[in-house]
Amino acid sequence: MLKGNKNLVTYGMLSGIVMLAPLFFAGGYLLNVLVFVGINTLLAVALNLLLGFAGQISLGHAAFFGLGAYISGVSTATYGVNPWAAMLLAAVAVGLVAFAIGFPILKLKGHYLAMATLGFGIIVYIVFNETVDLTGGPSGLSGIPSFTVADFSFDSDMKNYYLIWGITLVAIVLSANLVNSRIGRALRSIHSSEVAARVMGVNVRLLKVQIFTLSAVLSSIAGSLYAHTMTFISPTSFGFNFSVELLTMVVIGGLGSILGPLLGAGLLTLLPEFLRTFQDYDIIVYGLLLVLMTMYLPGGLASGFTAMCARIRSRFSREVVKNAQG
Amino acid sequence: MAHQILQYMLSGLSTGAIYSLIGIGFAIIYNSTGIINFAQGEFVMLGGMLTYVFLALFDFPLPAAMGLAVVLTTAVGVVFERLAIRPLRNATPLSLVIITIGGSILIRGIAMLQFGKDTHAIPAFSSNEPLTLAGATVLPQHLWILGITLCIIAVNRFFFFHTINGKAMRACSHNRRAASLVGIGVKRMVLISFAISSAMGSVAGIITAPLTMTSYDVGIMLGLKGFCAAIIGGMSSGIGTVFGGLLLGVLESLGAGLISSGYKDAIAFIILLLILFIRPQGLFRKAETERV
Amino acid sequence: MTGKTGKSVKTAMLALGLLLLTAAGAWSAPPIKIGGLFSITGPASFLGEPERNTAQMVVNEINAAGGIKGRKLQLIAYDTQGDATRAVQAATRLIKEDRVVAIVGPSTTGDTMAVIPLVQRAEIPLVSCAAGIRITEPVKPWVFKTAQNDYLAVQRIYEHLTRKRIKRIALLTVSDSFGSSGREQLKSQAKRYGMEIVSDDTYGPKDTDMTPQLTKIRGGKAQALICWGTNPGPALIARNAKQLGVKLPLYMSHGVSSKKFIDLAGGAAEGIILPSGRVLVADLLPKSDKQKKALLSFVRDYQKHFRAEGDHFGGHAWDAVMLLKGAIERGGDSPAAIRNQLEKTRNFAGIGGIFSYSPTDHSGLTKDAFVMLEVRGKDWALLK
Repeated sequence: MLKGNKNLVTYGMLSGIVMLAPLFFAGGYLLNVLVFVGINTLLAVALNLLLGFAGQISLGHAAFFGLGAYISGVSTATYGVNPWAAMLLAAVAVGLVAFAIGFPILKLKGHYLAMATLGFGIIVYIVFNETVDLTGGPSGLSGIPSFTVADFSFDSDMKNYYLIWGITLVAIVLSANLVNSRIGRALRSIHSSEVAARVMGVNVRLLKVQIFTLSAVLSSIAGSLYAHTMTFISPTSFGFNFSVELLTMVVIGGLGSILGPLLGAGLLTLLPEFLRTFQDYDIIVYGLLLVLMTMYLPGGLASGFTAMCARIRSRFSREVVKNAQG
Repeated sequence: MAHQILQYMLSGLSTGAIYSLIGIGFAIIYNSTGIINFAQGEFVMLGGMLTYVFLALFDFPLPAAMGLAVVLTTAVGVVFERLAIRPLRNATPLSLVIITIGGSILIRGIAMLQFGKDTHAIPAFSSNEPLTLAGATVLPQHLWILGITLCIIAVNRFFFFHTINGKAMRACSHNRRAASLVGIGVKRMVLISFAISSAMGSVAGIITAPLTMTSYDVGIMLGLKGFCAAIIGGMSSGIGTVFGGLLLGVLESLGAGLISSGYKDAIAFIILLLILFIRPQGLFRKAETERV
Repeated sequence: MTGKTGKSVKTAMLALGLLLLTAAGAWSAPPIKIGGLFSITGPASFLGEPERNTAQMVVNEINAAGGIKGRKLQLIAYDTQGDATRAVQAATRLIKEDRVVAIVGPSTTGDTMAVIPLVQRAEIPLVSCAAGIRITEPVKPWVFKTAQNDYLAVQRIYEHLTRKRIKRIALLTVSDSFGSSGREQLKSQAKRYGMEIVSDDTYGPKDTDMTPQLTKIRGGKAQALICWGTNPGPALIARNAKQLGVKLPLYMSHGVSSKKFIDLAGGAAEGIILPSGRVLVADLLPKSDKQKKALLSFVRDYQKHFRAEGDHFGGHAWDAVMLLKGAIERGGDSPAAIRNQLEKTRNFAGIGGIFSYSPTDHSGLTKDAFVMLEVRGKDWALLK
């Protein structure tokens, strides 16, 4: 109960910060970057469910992101479907695909699983490139409409910011609830020992496929949000590199933590903007920071963050004790 | 038609030989540390690029340039292990993987700034005149690639089965704790594995550069393909991965020639996925019972 | 050599920085800010780097000559890495933070398509350095481009083939935005010229062996092979074709029209024919050629600053900055005035060709922008 209250406070504060942030950035370009931070956070939350809690690696999550974006993009730009309906359509379709391939793929373990998801990602990427008549091929697909509600159109960074962060916050809270539920405990049991989980009566195979599907659906929603915000998509945004970047966000943020994805996605999305001052050397600084952060914060930013909070709290309580004694 | 198929096979085998060589590099590090080393492709790039640098900028003769490139790349591999991998004793394999991703970005970035973004060609080891073989043609460089790959694999096998260090490394790959209990210096073995992998990667980069040319960013794609070769081969540092690489090369080549060049990588990956679905434990490993 | 180039770029930049600093003290009027979006790193860096270098060089020269009506020009250039998301972030930064009056670039068609909705909404003129036909067709009020349309190059190649009485062709195009745009144009215009496409293959931008595709083409009925890509792929194709003994005449796109291609392909480049902007053969042009003056000065300056050969990629940025300069001189530095004046540009002799924009044409060039070249004796020869 106490824990629940503390979480409530954390989420309340988080939502407050997120909702007020645009006041400081309004009109600036950083708001635009924060829109992408929101999308990447949603993706990192999705991948963290799979990797951080169920312990199943995926090197192909950019494919689900891309499928969401392309199903949304093609159905709205070419066939005139309403963007909201398109987002739903994409989520259902991607969910079905993930559920179907989940059974054979999640039978694999360790590096075989990495390879299979990587292969899936590459196949999907090639399909985006080669089905030129449908997707526009490597030159991309433009003219994707923004989201609208009656006459209100989500056509500015500010409006998209609230839309995307609203959905992302809901996803964070849902994933936290899921993790602290019976399902979450079963998931973590798979992570520690699949055999033990099975012995305890967990339907390991089905559960893994379900969480894989949920993760894919969230990624697909992120894809739809991306497509309708950018109004242009091209295959290069959904390649192997982006799958690796997502993996990096989750690990740098902190595996299996609720705030980790937010921190990881925030850092890795904002970093290139701040590194622009280094001009051509930005790529080196980026690589170096990645190595150093992993070396000195092996538990991810979230653990560093928690440790910092704990230190502040302990100092604060010591002060309180001292004051009380004095 | 028959000689076309033969040409596809030959092209596929020579590309596949390179995938095998890179794949073995992956496998050696994986077996001694449990890390999938994403910087493996950068060793391949360094091999080719450094050879070019010594050739073009310092006017070294080709063999000297190649030798120096291998030595320098090996040094990079060793330094990378000492600075970034060894200090982390209790890190999870996944954070080590992220370190190798960071390392690969770093190495690629430095290469880009130092050597520029252009593609460079280096001369063939011997003549450039094609040889005809039953209607199919190969270049002398293809023979060099096949020959050197075979040599390296043979040396590798000798090392792992007939030298004390090699045997110790195999012991580590089976069970690190047991190995250290019988007095094997596990840390040293990890260092050696990085040295061997980076040397092999650089050789792969050098022998292909005369055919495929080289630039600061060739490592990504080649690394990916080598990784696949190693996995088909069940992460073996021997014949399994060789077969994996050759299979991948031939599948790509046949796919491009007979079905569709646009989908050639997709075709290769679909077949690989089917293989994995039928044999989830890989092609070359007997099903293991899981320790509980 | 490349290391040296890098260093000299840096010295040039430093010199420029100092120049700007001293200039800022001496000149009270604020500079006119123009933005640059170039793929300086990433797979399209062979475009972005010369473009960024050239744009900076031209801006320096304009300032050294007294600026535009006494006001300095300032270039703020960002790297898009050839990635649509980054291009949008960088463009937003240029518009909202740096408040530029016009933008040069992006380098690739994909990046350009990604930022078009933004500049259209913000009403900032954009002069793209990318070639894709969809950038200016249909015409968008705020979007112009300097790179020659792909279909102009295709027309040149097809005319040449017709003259040689070749009817059956094989295509081998790269699967990125440059290649797919070329492939689309090659296919859509084949009928007009009575061409029959007997095989249509692609290769990946990072592929290292194209012998399978070429083996297939060798066994087919084609009379000529047209390859559409940028370095290093086409150089590999030339080498692989030589290895396989492919006897078909080989046509390339303007994507490889730089000396680099001949270096990479080596002996295999001999006899290859391609359409190209005039910049490669500036010294071979007759005196009467209207572009000759601009071409020679660009080639000379680029050589001086970067110790490298100026190619037509850098030329796209040269044209873009000079077009903006002309527009600002005529109408002042408000975005709307720049847009209106750009549209009124007539007969501007630049690097890529002679530009004449109009309300219905924002690409500005005709097929005269291309000449046909052949590789002979490791150099370019002008074909009549």
